Amino acid sequence: MAPAAALGIVRHKVSSEDWIMRGILGAIALYLLVAIVLPLYALLSKGFQDKDGNFTGLDNFTEFFTTPALSQSVANSLTISSISTVIVVSLAFVYAYALTRSCMAFKSLFKGIALIPILMPSLLPAISLIFMFGKQGFLTFMLFGNEIYGPIGIVMGEVIYIFPHVLMIILISMSMSDGRLYEASQSLGAGPVRTFFTVTLPSIRYGLVSAGFVAFTLIITDFGVPKVVGGQYNVLATDVYKQVIGRQDFEMGAVVSMVLLVPAVIAFAADRIIQRKQVAILTARAVPYAPTPSPRFDAIMTAYCALVGIVIVGILSVAMFASLVKFWPYNLSLTLANYDFSLRDGGGGDSYFNSVKMASWTAVIGTCVIFTGAYLVEKSKGFLAGRAAMQFLVMMPMAVPGLSLGLAYIFFFNHPGNPLNFLYHTLPILVICTITHFYTVSHLTAITALKQIDNEFESVSASLKVPFYKTFWRVTVPICVPAILDISMYLFVNAMTTVSAVVFLYSPDTALASVAVLNMDDAGEQASAAAMGIMIVLTAGGARLLHAVLTRGLARRTQAWRKR
Amino acid sequence: MTGKDAYLKVENLTKMFGDFTALEDISLEVFEGEFVCFLGPSGCGKTTLLRAIAGLDIQTHGRVEQAGKDISGLPPLERDFGIVFQSYALFPNLTVHQNVAYGLVSRKTSKPEIDARVAELLESVGLVDQEDKYPAQLSGGQQQRVALSRALATKPGLLLLDEPLSALDAKVRIRLRHEIKALQHQLGVTTIMVTHDQEEALTMADRIVVINEGVIEQVGTPQDIYSRPVNPFVADFIGTMNFLSGVAGNQAQVRLGDIELTTNNCPDGIQKDDPITVCIRPEDIATRGVTPDTENAVPTVIETLEFLGSFYRASLAVQDAGETTIRADFSINLVRDLDIKEGQEFTVALPSDHIRVYGEIFTHADDLI
Ligand SMILES: Nc1ncnc2c1ncn2[C@@H]1O[C@H](COP(=O)(O)OP(=O)(O)O)[C@@H](O)[C@H]1O
Ligand SMILES: [Mg+2]
Repeated sequence: MAPAAALGIVRHKVSSEDWIMRGILGAIALYLLVAIVLPLYALLSKGFQDKDGNFTGLDNFTEFFTTPALSQSVANSLTISSISTVIVVSLAFVYAYALTRSCMAFKSLFKGIALIPILMPSLLPAISLIFMFGKQGFLTFMLFGNEIYGPIGIVMGEVIYIFPHVLMIILISMSMSDGRLYEASQSLGAGPVRTFFTVTLPSIRYGLVSAGFVAFTLIITDFGVPKVVGGQYNVLATDVYKQVIGRQDFEMGAVVSMVLLVPAVIAFAADRIIQRKQVAILTARAVPYAPTPSPRFDAIMTAYCALVGIVIVGILSVAMFASLVKFWPYNLSLTLANYDFSLRDGGGGDSYFNSVKMASWTAVIGTCVIFTGAYLVEKSKGFLAGRAAMQFLVMMPMAVPGLSLGLAYIFFFNHPGNPLNFLYHTLPILVICTITHFYTVSHLTAITALKQIDNEFESVSASLKVPFYKTFWRVTVPICVPAILDISMYLFVNAMTTVSAVVFLYSPDTALASVAVLNMDDAGEQASAAAMGIMIVLTAGGARLLHAVLTRGLARRTQAWRKR
Repeated sequence: MTGKDAYLKVENLTKMFGDFTALEDISLEVFEGEFVCFLGPSGCGKTTLLRAIAGLDIQTHGRVEQAGKDISGLPPLERDFGIVFQSYALFPNLTVHQNVAYGLVSRKTSKPEIDARVAELLESVGLVDQEDKYPAQLSGGQQQRVALSRALATKPGLLLLDEPLSALDAKVRIRLRHEIKALQHQLGVTTIMVTHDQEEALTMADRIVVINEGVIEQVGTPQDIYSRPVNPFVADFIGTMNFLSGVAGNQAQVRLGDIELTTNNCPDGIQKDDPITVCIRPEDIATRGVTPDTENAVPTVIETLEFLGSFYRASLAVQDAGETTIRADFSINLVRDLDIKEGQEFTVALPSDHIRVYGEIFTHADDLI
């Protein structure tokens, strides 16, 4: 043995398996590069150019901030988002409190009702609000002479639309807090109010802050609600749309969507920091809290949840009812005419099938790509730089609002010099855009599931000379089926309901249901818009139902080996 | 063992995690059919060494050679080993049969052959009737046996076990020690087992490699390591040991305070009046028939007598050695026959054969593990 050889750094032989892993990981990284990094770069550079593509420095931004009509939107967006965030977090907090800390009846029913808005495009609650509070609405008197079109309508619509998202975050953080703290507090003689302020609030403060950031981001980047009920009240999200679709001013659209990017990125970063802190708390062994019955408190909580539930069900019912009558509110005889989309402007009957097709492809391809990517990031060995880069790439989509992403796609894919130009205005680009838009949450779901699997499966497999992909297919995937179903359901439902990213990308041949809702509403065909919205809700609801049935059946079939 | 070529050779192996040196210049040999234990406190680098040998976490420097072939940089897939992890890493969605057959299926073995091999393995670990169960339906000990069968199914040249028993409760653990050892002996497969449990290592291993803070402290048979630990760390880590500080005297003499002791094990290079550590195990202290004239007789006072079931552990105060306390084992017979009580004066002897002297000052750390 030569001593020199012993001192040298050992060269790892890279096996063919490693090459396969790296190849796939590289391909997915390349996908993200094309699907998010390069488009975003195209968007950012567009903001510094004039119409002819000359670099103009900050001219566009100067114009933006010195044009009162434009800069006013910044103030409007911030105001609306702040107010809505405070309201929705408060409402959801009490709702979550009722679900976890009271002994009221029908908890799962109330939870189910609260989740309904997830199945809607954000346009739908806004359209419902117009049926209720618009010029011919049956509840208009409740606004005391104020108009639904404007800040009031936006806040109401956003609160309803965002409610389930916020509720879920708070519910998770509440159900994780430690029951022993409550016992300790009570045994020390602290009353319910004191316990609330010394135990409940501190233990979920990260959950609340996180919910606040998520709510703020979702609201400020949402485009459906202000589009329908915003009236003359301009916000950033509608400005992007107006600049691009209305005025064909792509450069200013880029500037506005970059301004929109700022709060989204800040909220995203803050949320990541908070999440990390919360994880640290949760890893401590906690005993779930078991509430004790208290008739008066339980009754109050039931009443509160019933009230919120009625509003949500009401929003859905009004849309459904309005879509089923001849002419709201003058002729209330029932008809299915509004569901004959072939007669309508802005989409036609194909749009629904396009949406289902797009959502199915998104669910299937998205789940495969995202789960495989997550697996390789989590379980492959070596190749540290590649995995670190991948970890950064997968987080990017979360920080980019749908409108900005859609606009970025125009700039990138519609560029005549881009070899991928052929994708523009096709169904595949809608699928790519949607997968990318919802990549991060799906990826994190997959990672959570993969982290629960023994890290040595790959080692054992290698020692038995079984290639990793066989073990992936025979062991990892079957174990992760529940998470895989969750991801595909999430992708499908979001692909059905999303408007913001795809609104810039569809063509007459690839019109989507959610976009059709928008266009029919624009054209004054509110009943048909509602009808299409209901179609989306039913489809998304059907997917959820199917998901529940599959998950149940699977749990029964695999209970022999799944540890509960 | 000398004369034969080693089956596994590790030469000058160093493993770095960033700036942290987890293993430093490790060299060792394992012979065909041998059962070797890596023993050391947790965090000392045992798993790291095992994973380097398996190619799961390849070393920074150094060579690994198996069956005459340099495998230093090879990925695990191209090496020849079976492995059992502390967690067992059984595939939860596959039955016992499928788990054990996992490595056979991809080897173009025919189905009857696979079934026969699986049956044979399950038979040898006593799990024949559990074939169709899932891992979650088995006890910890049974899961352990399945993991072992799976690792052995492909007849690897080297079996690696990483703390295979530490997740089990005490009774099962002791039974499995014997089972694993017997199976290993029967199959003759070269085996390396990692453990932090000295008793496990002493009862199972042909040879033990004691590791501490990334370096090898001693390699030897269990008897060797137990009775001739080469330094205070090994002496302390394995078994119970008295550590007495003293100074070197003339030739084979050491002094503890006013007491002069004769020893046969004084290391070279120690000068008169050097500070030293004198070690003796409680069970090696002579208690019967000791007179003041006996070699290395030490007058003591019995401070405490702790009843430990099959014997008493006595704490003996040695005034002449500067308030030192020595622990000694008293048999039940002795205590009964001589009616020994706490507070009594009692002379013991430290037989020169069993005294070990180290030329370094060692502060005993009870919480090393
Ligand atoms: N992947 C790693 N990265 C950094 N440090 C590690 C890694 N794996 C192990 N170590 C460190 O190396 C030392 C030895 O670890 P290990 O071999 O697991 O100890 P043990 O003897 O208990 O099996 C420990 O200090 C551990 O923290
Ligand atoms: Mg270890």
